[in-house]
Amino acid sequence: MISLLSTLLNGLSLGSVYAIIALGYTMVYGIAKMLNFAHGDVIMVGAYISFVAIFYWGLPPILGFLLAMVVCTVLGIVIESLAYKPLRQATSLAVLITAIGVSYLLQNSAQLIWGANPKAFPAMFSLPDASLFGGSVTISNNTISLLNDQLKISGNMILTILACVAIMVVLTLFINKTKMGKAMRCVSEDKGAAELMGVNVNLTISLTFAIGSALAAVAGVLLCASYPSLQPTTGAMPGIKAFTAAVFGGIGSIPGAMIGGILLGIIEKLGQTYVSDQLGDAFAFAVLIIVLLVKPTGLMGKKVHEKV
Amino acid sequence: MSLLKVDDIHVYYGAIHAIKGVSFHVDEGEIVTLIGANGAGKSTTLNTVAGLLKPRSGLITFDGKSLNATPAARIVSQGMALCPEGRRIFQQMTVKENLEMGGYTRPPKEIPGSIEEMFTRFPRLKEREKQIAGTLSGGEQQMLAIARAMMSRPRLLMLDEPSMGLAPILVEQIFDIIKELHAAGVTILLIEQNAQAALSIADRAYVMETGNITMEGPADDLLHNDDVRKAYLGD
Ligand SMILES: Nc1ncnc2c1ncn2[C@@H]1O[C@H](COP(=O)(O)OP(=O)(O)OP(=O)(O)O)[C@@H](O)[C@H]1O
Ligand SMILES: [Mg+2]
Repeated sequence: MISLLSTLLNGLSLGSVYAIIALGYTMVYGIAKMLNFAHGDVIMVGAYISFVAIFYWGLPPILGFLLAMVVCTVLGIVIESLAYKPLRQATSLAVLITAIGVSYLLQNSAQLIWGANPKAFPAMFSLPDASLFGGSVTISNNTISLLNDQLKISGNMILTILACVAIMVVLTLFINKTKMGKAMRCVSEDKGAAELMGVNVNLTISLTFAIGSALAAVAGVLLCASYPSLQPTTGAMPGIKAFTAAVFGGIGSIPGAMIGGILLGIIEKLGQTYVSDQLGDAFAFAVLIIVLLVKPTGLMGKKVHEKV
Repeated sequence: MSLLKVDDIHVYYGAIHAIKGVSFHVDEGEIVTLIGANGAGKSTTLNTVAGLLKPRSGLITFDGKSLNATPAARIVSQGMALCPEGRRIFQQMTVKENLEMGGYTRPPKEIPGSIEEMFTRFPRLKEREKQIAGTLSGGEQQMLAIARAMMSRPRLLMLDEPSMGLAPILVEQIFDIIKELHAAGVTILLIEQNAQAALSIADRAYVMETGNITMEGPADDLLHNDDVRKAYLGD
């Protein structure tokens, strides 16, 4: 029972990271109708920037984190305007190949700058050691122990889950309530009609890349805080998983990316714990395939209403 | 001086020469209609005026200012709105959000008042304020599309086949709405398959055939012209 609870919490935390990355994939897909396969590598850049800022330059973690977000936001805008914007009228295959090219460019640049050796990511923050409620809850080593030490929750896990919840709330409000968010929804539905309303479509696409990349930076820092090994390929696998999560939830759907990411994380951890340590990924992908067989548009895939 | 002046425009889709030197004008306060067979280039012409397509040559001036280099997103704030072919309302947004988007370029504080005005003119939309637009009936969607275009307070409203796919009673209602908007001071440029109805409410008309304007004149004259009657009014 407690082991199940612990697995679920681990899955929720991992899934939160997937969800944050999947949001970037799904927003860009929804608006620019392209799969930005370089998205995973922006995660890696974000992690390196915060690593350098905190570890080499000695900046406080929060500043390192903010710097990573700023750099990735700019990077996202630059990638879009240099690599993708010229291909607005091109076939989707040309755009896909370009995205793969950008992905390798980022990985190889990181290798050139920071080397191929994995870096040990420093702890971002530490919880104070404490013993609460007459010793039934103890905090040491940045880990909270509950239920006679049987359930351990790390500070990073809590931070990750909280960050994910905060991002979901803010993003949902932004998309549904603000003028800019509504413009984004219009562009994702019908670019021409959005232009007729006076929406600057190019600016909206840039903004989407900016938001997606800032989220990638957040994901990068959270990921490396929990799995503290950083190398140029660090973003690739979580990127693919998050892409899977976005498809699982229904590509283009924001709630879908959130739910898909969290479910994928939980399924992966359940598979690792109860099926086989090595087969966690295979298990997660098997579930994805079954979901897509039953519901090809993904869990929250949009039904398109059409009336003539 | 004409409110809208289109002078010898040529528009291409890749290698396809869709508009081959079209000129026309719309004066302030007029209803002008553009009629013609399927594929004549009517929608292409309107989309070009609205900036969604750019002419390869020729001039488009609105209120004395050239629009050739103005992107579509900036044209609406100059006082021109297009209610496009096929309505193209935002299906996944609510009725109210669609109207808000129509007023996208206007100061946010003016929007609630304008939405109320639209609700007074289109009471059906008021009842469905929170409904997802994709679930509206065809007639309701068309009213929403017109209301959305009106939300930008255009001086010139361009309507591309607003009666398409509607039952006769609704067609009549749409034409009544057009007349009301015109009476309220909006200049109208109308494309219609229903040439009879369009010619009856218009001041002037142009006939388009395969990318050219082949006839023009007061709507009444065209309504009683034998060639027009044969070709477009089914006589
Ligand atoms: N996106 C496009 N790509 C290539 N050709 C196009 C495109 N859109 C329209 N055309 C062509 O341009 C010509 C004019 O089309 P347009 O839609 O302007 O006609 P229309 O007069 O509005 O017709 P309808 O009454 O059927 O709406 C047609 O021959 C059409 O096939
Ligand atoms: Mg047409």
